[in-house]
Amino acid sequence: MRELVEFLARALVDLPESVSVTSHEDDYSIVIELRVAPEDMGKVIGKQGRIAKAIRTVVRAAAAKDENKKIIVDIMQ
Amino acid sequence: MKSIEITANSVEEAIKQALDQLKLEREQIGIEILEEGNKGFLGFFRTKQARVRVTEKADAVFPAKDFLEEITRRMGVKTNVQIQEEDEYIKMTINGGNNLGVLIGRRGETLDALQYLTNLVANKHSQERKRIIIDAEGYRKRREETLIRLAARMADRVKRTGHRVVLEPMNPQERRIIHTALQNDLSIQTLSEGEEPFRKVVISLR
Repeated sequence: MRELVEFLARALVDLPESVSVTSHEDDYSIVIELRVAPEDMGKVIGKQGRIAKAIRTVVRAAAAKDENKKIIVDIMQ
Repeated sequence: MKSIEITANSVEEAIKQALDQLKLEREQIGIEILEEGNKGFLGFFRTKQARVRVTEKADAVFPAKDFLEEITRRMGVKTNVQIQEEDEYIKMTINGGNNLGVLIGRRGETLDALQYLTNLVANKHSQERKRIIIDAEGYRKRREETLIRLAARMADRVKRTGHRVVLEPMNPQERRIIHTALQNDLSIQTLSEGEEPFRKVVISLR
């Protein structure tokens, strides 16, 4: 899942080299933290969070196949 | 859209040079042969050079196809995306795998998310905006048929009861299907109410 978020973010931003993604999980959830260059924040969030929502939808669909855990994608400042 | 003219010893050679210069693949270009050229006779006579014009095709298409295939692969579904260029939009059909349901999601929400992201990536570097529509397993067509049936049923209810009917929230494409389906029924009218993404179609007596 981490790689999927990284791939999506790199494709969307202007500064792909500044994208970094980390993830940690416990028994119930996987938390994926996405960081991008400050000027690229809009590129991964979008108006009214529309891009962020699309990223989460895709990641959740990918995870639904083999994970029972809740997936959280956080975009970090 | 990039376009260049190249002169070389043969048509093949000219195309190859053009691809190098434009940094494109063969399937990303259109080729117009301006001059066939000929090799001369055993190299003794003056040769005529070949000249071709190579033009980049709708540049949004190929990165978008790669992007979509790559995401679906990373989502665990191996696919092959087929492209069909129409005047108004580019249709991308996702083929392959038996797990395409994962890519569609409930009410097509995953398909819509993939479509939205692919449009963003495809139009990132191009001034000319190309709209991309993504489909899998004929979902869009089936959904359209379902919405048309729903529209007819709800229109009947409005006529029977005289009360207006508010449909569930839909995206602009789906709302347009409802409006279009009922536009010739002169006894009722349709309009949209509310703010995105919760905008709803309302059917009422005219």
